[in-house]
Amino acid sequence: MRKKASRTVLLLDLAHARSGDKGDTANVGLIALKPAYYPHLVKHVTAARVARHFRGLITGKVERYELPNLNALNFLLHGALDGGGTVSLKTDAQGKVLSTALLRMEIAAPR
Amino acid sequence: MRAAGRPVRIAAGQGFWGDWLEAPYRQVTGGPIDYLMMDYLAEVTMSILQKQKSRDPASGYAKDFVPQMERILPLLVERRVKVTANAGGVNPRACAQAVAAAARQLGLGGKLRIGVVTGDDLLPRLDGLLARGHDLKNLDTGRPLREIRDRVLAANAYLGAAPLVEALRQGADIVITGRVTDTGLTLAPMVHAFGWRADDWDKLAAGTVAGHTIECGAQCSGGNCSVDWQRIPDLANVGYPIVEAHADGGFEITKHPDTGGRISVAGVTEQLVYEMGDPTTYITPDCVADFTTIRLTQAGKDRVRFAGIKGRPATDKLKVSLAYFYGYKAVGTLVYAWPDAYRKAQTADRVLRRRLQDLRLTFDAIHTEFVGADATHGSLATRATRFADLPEVQLRVAVRSREAGPVERFTREIAPLILNGPPSVTGFAGGRPKPEEIVAYWPALIDKDVVEPCVELVDV
Repeated sequence: MRKKASRTVLLLDLAHARSGDKGDTANVGLIALKPAYYPHLVKHVTAARVARHFRGLITGKVERYELPNLNALNFLLHGALDGGGTVSLKTDAQGKVLSTALLRMEIAAPR
Repeated sequence: MRAAGRPVRIAAGQGFWGDWLEAPYRQVTGGPIDYLMMDYLAEVTMSILQKQKSRDPASGYAKDFVPQMERILPLLVERRVKVTANAGGVNPRACAQAVAAAARQLGLGGKLRIGVVTGDDLLPRLDGLLARGHDLKNLDTGRPLREIRDRVLAANAYLGAAPLVEALRQGADIVITGRVTDTGLTLAPMVHAFGWRADDWDKLAAGTVAGHTIECGAQCSGGNCSVDWQRIPDLANVGYPIVEAHADGGFEITKHPDTGGRISVAGVTEQLVYEMGDPTTYITPDCVADFTTIRLTQAGKDRVRFAGIKGRPATDKLKVSLAYFYGYKAVGTLVYAWPDAYRKAQTADRVLRRRLQDLRLTFDAIHTEFVGADATHGSLATRATRFADLPEVQLRVAVRSREAGPVERFTREIAPLILNGPPSVTGFAGGRPKPEEIVAYWPALIDKDVVEPCVELVDV
């Protein structure tokens, strides 16, 4: 694992993700690489923490939904896509790679 | 015909208009299937098609569908494979006529019945609906449609599985629709084959989840899959997904033997969370599916089993997708080379913005990206990366305006930078950027009972 500081890891080492769009809102589905990581993600990857991670990159709030059956969390990032769809001027107008942007987050390492 | 008790096999042939042309043929020839499901319509597709239809009344559907069908029609007839496709766009009847003509050319006269589903197109009824108090408020912003009424280019209600089921019941071999939900194209064959009732909410939810899983084609069978991506085998030969559905609502996702890609719990989960909102409340015209009830197990190599899916009653609304003219945009790019590629691109951006300002051009938005540095992850990337040694950076500047004039003038300000801006610049062979019309999306809801789906049959 990529140890960033002594006791943190990149989310990339604990989860995989896929993202998509609904208008100006992007969703990022975050899935634990092992079921044992899921409670750790629930505890550490909160909506507030994700909002902090994307500060300056999105204009709206962040919502989180839990899917314990899939060991997954679903985040809605509002105002992430410069209007979204055809209006957006961004390369990633549909938020397709915001998934990997989330995986850059550093969180406490699981024990 | 399908033997009683055998699962119904529904194969995904297209995940969007522009998907792999080989996929439908491979799905029909790679092994036994009962249905081929082809999804063509993205949110903005309808406005493009509406524009085409206004120029030529015989167009307005997904043109690629006809040659694709031409290639597989004899096989479909021989193997009794049926098709559900929303390729009809804003002109399903013309699409059906084109397919019928192709079938006759192939000598299939008398052997094929095409079902046509219409009733989704609300554009001709729009003023009447508004007058009767359906204000079609924007679901995201809450604004009434009146504000942009004169700029509306397309208005389509999302129909569910029901009219497709009716077409299948009347013996259609190919069902061509306008704006039908992606999930409805997969759910309809199940409802038809198993005789599910309109209030079998758990089963309808299961069929809806199956539809969501395969609606993006190979995106659930190894394509665009981030987990273990380097070891996903043979993507060149990727197998598109197939649902094997059972009467009790259980189903498995698999693919044809001897194809590439991978069907795993992890990969399928990625597709399940794709474009997800509140996972407990996935609303379609047919039911409300609860994605937090799905239980997945790896049932074999390239085979994932779904069980436990719960659904709730459908709402009394349908979603309406409207498209309207918004304005103009243009994107200009230049590539800067080492040394100091990033700094040169940043300098060029400053020079360009200053010139736009000096020309007193105003835009709704100017957006700059440095491709190779921050285009995809923004400041999350620039905090983490060293830039001094980047071999190249692409400057990408985009503008948006309600007016054509400023956008047009912007497109003439990119090329001059080649000779009068920072050095070591290339990548302008494409010439001056072209202003593009922006057709924007307006989601709304409408009472279900004012939309009347209609089924017609065309015997070839």
